[in-house]
Amino acid sequence: MEAFNSLILILDATLRVATPLIFAALAGMFSERTGIVNIALEGKILASAFAGAAAAYVTNSPWMGLLAGVMVSVVFAWMHAFATVTHNGDHVVSGMAINILAAGLTAALGNFWFKQGGNTPNLVDPFNDIDARFSPITLPFADQLADVPVIGGLYSELISGHFLLVYIALAAVPVCWWVMFRTRFGLRMRAVGENPSAVDTAGISVAGMRYLSLTICGVLAGLAGVYLSVAVTAQFLPNMSAGKGYMALAALIFGKWRPRGALLACLMFGILQAIADRSQGVSLGGFAIPVQAIEALPYVLTVVLLAGFIGKAIPPKAIGRPYVKERE
Amino acid sequence: MSQQHVPAWIHVIVIPLANILLASFAAGLVFLYLDINPLDAVSTMAYGAFGDSYGWGYTLYYTTSFIFTGLAVAVAFHCGLFNIGGEGQAYIGALGVGLVCLGLGGHVPFIILLPISIIAAGVFGAAWALIPAWLQAYRGSHIVITTIMFNFIASALMGYLLVEVLKPVGTMSVESAVFDQASWIPKMWEVLGFFGIDLQKSPLNLSIVWAILCAAGVYYFIWQTRWGYEIRSTGQNSSAAEYAGINLGKTVVLAMLVSGMLAGFFALNVVQGEAHQIKLSLVNGMGFTGIAVALMGRNHPLGIVIASLLFGFLYQGGGELQFEYGVDPRIIVVLQGLVILFSGALEKMMKHPIEKLYLKLASGSKKSAAAEA
Repeated sequence: MEAFNSLILILDATLRVATPLIFAALAGMFSERTGIVNIALEGKILASAFAGAAAAYVTNSPWMGLLAGVMVSVVFAWMHAFATVTHNGDHVVSGMAINILAAGLTAALGNFWFKQGGNTPNLVDPFNDIDARFSPITLPFADQLADVPVIGGLYSELISGHFLLVYIALAAVPVCWWVMFRTRFGLRMRAVGENPSAVDTAGISVAGMRYLSLTICGVLAGLAGVYLSVAVTAQFLPNMSAGKGYMALAALIFGKWRPRGALLACLMFGILQAIADRSQGVSLGGFAIPVQAIEALPYVLTVVLLAGFIGKAIPPKAIGRPYVKERE
Repeated sequence: MSQQHVPAWIHVIVIPLANILLASFAAGLVFLYLDINPLDAVSTMAYGAFGDSYGWGYTLYYTTSFIFTGLAVAVAFHCGLFNIGGEGQAYIGALGVGLVCLGLGGHVPFIILLPISIIAAGVFGAAWALIPAWLQAYRGSHIVITTIMFNFIASALMGYLLVEVLKPVGTMSVESAVFDQASWIPKMWEVLGFFGIDLQKSPLNLSIVWAILCAAGVYYFIWQTRWGYEIRSTGQNSSAAEYAGINLGKTVVLAMLVSGMLAGFFALNVVQGEAHQIKLSLVNGMGFTGIAVALMGRNHPLGIVIASLLFGFLYQGGGELQFEYGVDPRIIVVLQGLVILFSGALEKMMKHPIEKLYLKLASGSKKSAAAEA
């Protein structure tokens, strides 16, 4: 029973940790499937976390925070599109610029607006009548079932009691799969990433498709950021994205640019993080595995995968290449 | 008309300047929003960075760091590779320097220790670039992704080593022991003080000499040696290079090893020259700044030295802004992002209009010259 309970707690934490990764990995999928390399996920998460927390505090409404966070993330996505699609700029350089810009702007503006060293004020502050945080959702009968053995743990602890955005993230995976692999829009999107000139020949605008996919990417990355600041910590802290954008990129590659694979990778990375957070390392057959090794494992695994030692991750064919129309 | 030649100075001087002006303009708008007059801010920064030998010392100290990380990015760029891993390579370079100084400091004379620590910094940095390089060259995995992953792996590894191995027993803060004083790279104010020139104390140390030597060395390596030629050929057109008999895999690995080595040298300045101990996240984004420096310096060592000086000025001057206006010093990071955006990602935005303008002006002046004759 003890083991069961701690297993439930770890899985519960896994869902919490994996949610922003799932959003960001899906965001990356829309971008990379149309051929745009996106290392700017990190910057978008950070910017939307800041905008979300700031707007939620000022308006005293988490929903306004959600809106603002998503909008800011979309603006950053458009900046990426403007550089890479309109002006054929280098995708990695543009992504880097956005990440650095986001890190600087959130700190400078945060300090200018709130004067708390770059933090936003806490979103839950009963003294000033501020309650702008998303609350966890308790599913029906969760309270009644809480004391039932096994089922109580599974249902009331693990499945119920998460933030709305957690459920949205889980629902987004099949939706994104359906859009990407079962609709005409998704087919076109994937075609742009594999063979843009064929798409162009068919009379579909390559640039238009890429702008559209980066917009979707911006919305999803924005949800990841808002989840971090408005739901989990109820506050923005400088550099709070802490590499989640890069980890989501790793998950996307690990999942071979597919929603289900990405979801599984996010959950796996989430479990590793949850274990690392819970304990000061794990001992396996007498050997103490340091907590840093668990934290580094997602990155090591991704490198090993990329090296082609465990399966092969093949990126979309036209990724990273600007599409320039042929002219006479 | 369309075949007319646009001279090199347009590409080397006018377009980069136009991009920097755009970046400064955008930064100016941010400053205005933060209630700071951009012109006042520039003069405050200039005073803080160049007003006295203290300011100069800090400016040149940062400059030294940026020369190393900028050169690292540039060498990889010449081979068509994007080395985002400078951050991790510099961090691991610090491990090399630290081990040498902790192990040999006080036991061997400085003049023998210094070459060993230089080699250690370079070898450790290069070693951290080796696996991504090898994977790019022979397994086809993309260097951008692998170097990003290696940055995180480096920070986990260093975190572990600092907490479990290097931290002296009984201390609270996560950092290594302080090196023996005999292993410290002399500070500039000490050296010049010896010759009777008085400077205020600052972290500027003799590493800057090594940085300048490295810049000259990179110039020689890239433009005067066969290896440099092979690196440039691979970067410009890898299939042509392969057809010409250049071994692509070897060239990629070579370029990344040199790049990692240069990033590793960063540790000489910051660890052996100033901190005298290994600290957590001591690179602190300066590896990423190297990208901005290389882009701005057009991957040329001379350009990189100038761009490093500019960023040294921004870093030191940015600290001054904090005292003067109470603004967050990370405003400098905004500036850095804008530079990468405008001189890197959007570099083609200004290229066509300026070329067109030049051709228009040139043909106009030719016509009037012809009319006068």
